[in-house]
Amino acid sequence: MNAIPSWIEVVVALLLVSSGLFVMIAALGFLRLPGFFLRMHPPALTYTMGSWCVALAGVLYFSALQGRLALHPLLVPVFLAITVPVTTLLLARVALFRRRRAGKSDTPPSLVAKQTPLAEEEPRSR
Amino acid sequence: MSPLLFYAIAFTLGCYALASLMVLVRLVRGPRAQDRVFALDLLYFQAMLVVLVTGILHQSDHYFEVALLIALFGFVSSAGMAKFILRGEVIE
Repeated sequence: MNAIPSWIEVVVALLLVSSGLFVMIAALGFLRLPGFFLRMHPPALTYTMGSWCVALAGVLYFSALQGRLALHPLLVPVFLAITVPVTTLLLARVALFRRRRAGKSDTPPSLVAKQTPLAEEEPRSR
Repeated sequence: MSPLLFYAIAFTLGCYALASLMVLVRLVRGPRAQDRVFALDLLYFQAMLVVLVTGILHQSDHYFEVALLIALFGFVSSAGMAKFILRGEVIE
């Protein structure tokens, strides 16, 4: 356990505060915006800026605390960068699918429907 | 720990709490199922950030592993719920 230099504490504090502000802005947008597809956008602030700021603060703080390079907090935003697009895309498809099924008139038509005759002509592999 | 860092952490945790409350309002009010699933997903990741910041507050490395586990479970549960409201079953 080392004593932590004060400039590192200042940088860590700035990163943490900015992460908190980003997460709050994202939640405000998520609460206020009308419509599901508009509401999908603000949480990206939480997933990118929020998690990156906290991870960088963790890297700085634990590196100064242990006297060696501690890079393990960076695993969290990297993992988020892999998984979050999957869930976001899946939920967008779900919302589009349910909207189309509910018969809303301003929904774009399905692109898959044009390809189904082609797919049926192919021989079954099983 | 210096008072500056302590108050910064307290402010950050307060911000996260306010943000979680706002997302909770959307979770309760959300007009359709996909709004609720997305709100739950966002709540998961806010809880993960709270755990990470608490790890800095307590100067401990173990919180980091908990945060990774929460991120993993959040991904799996969100994907499962999205699949469920798409088709009505998770595994076809």
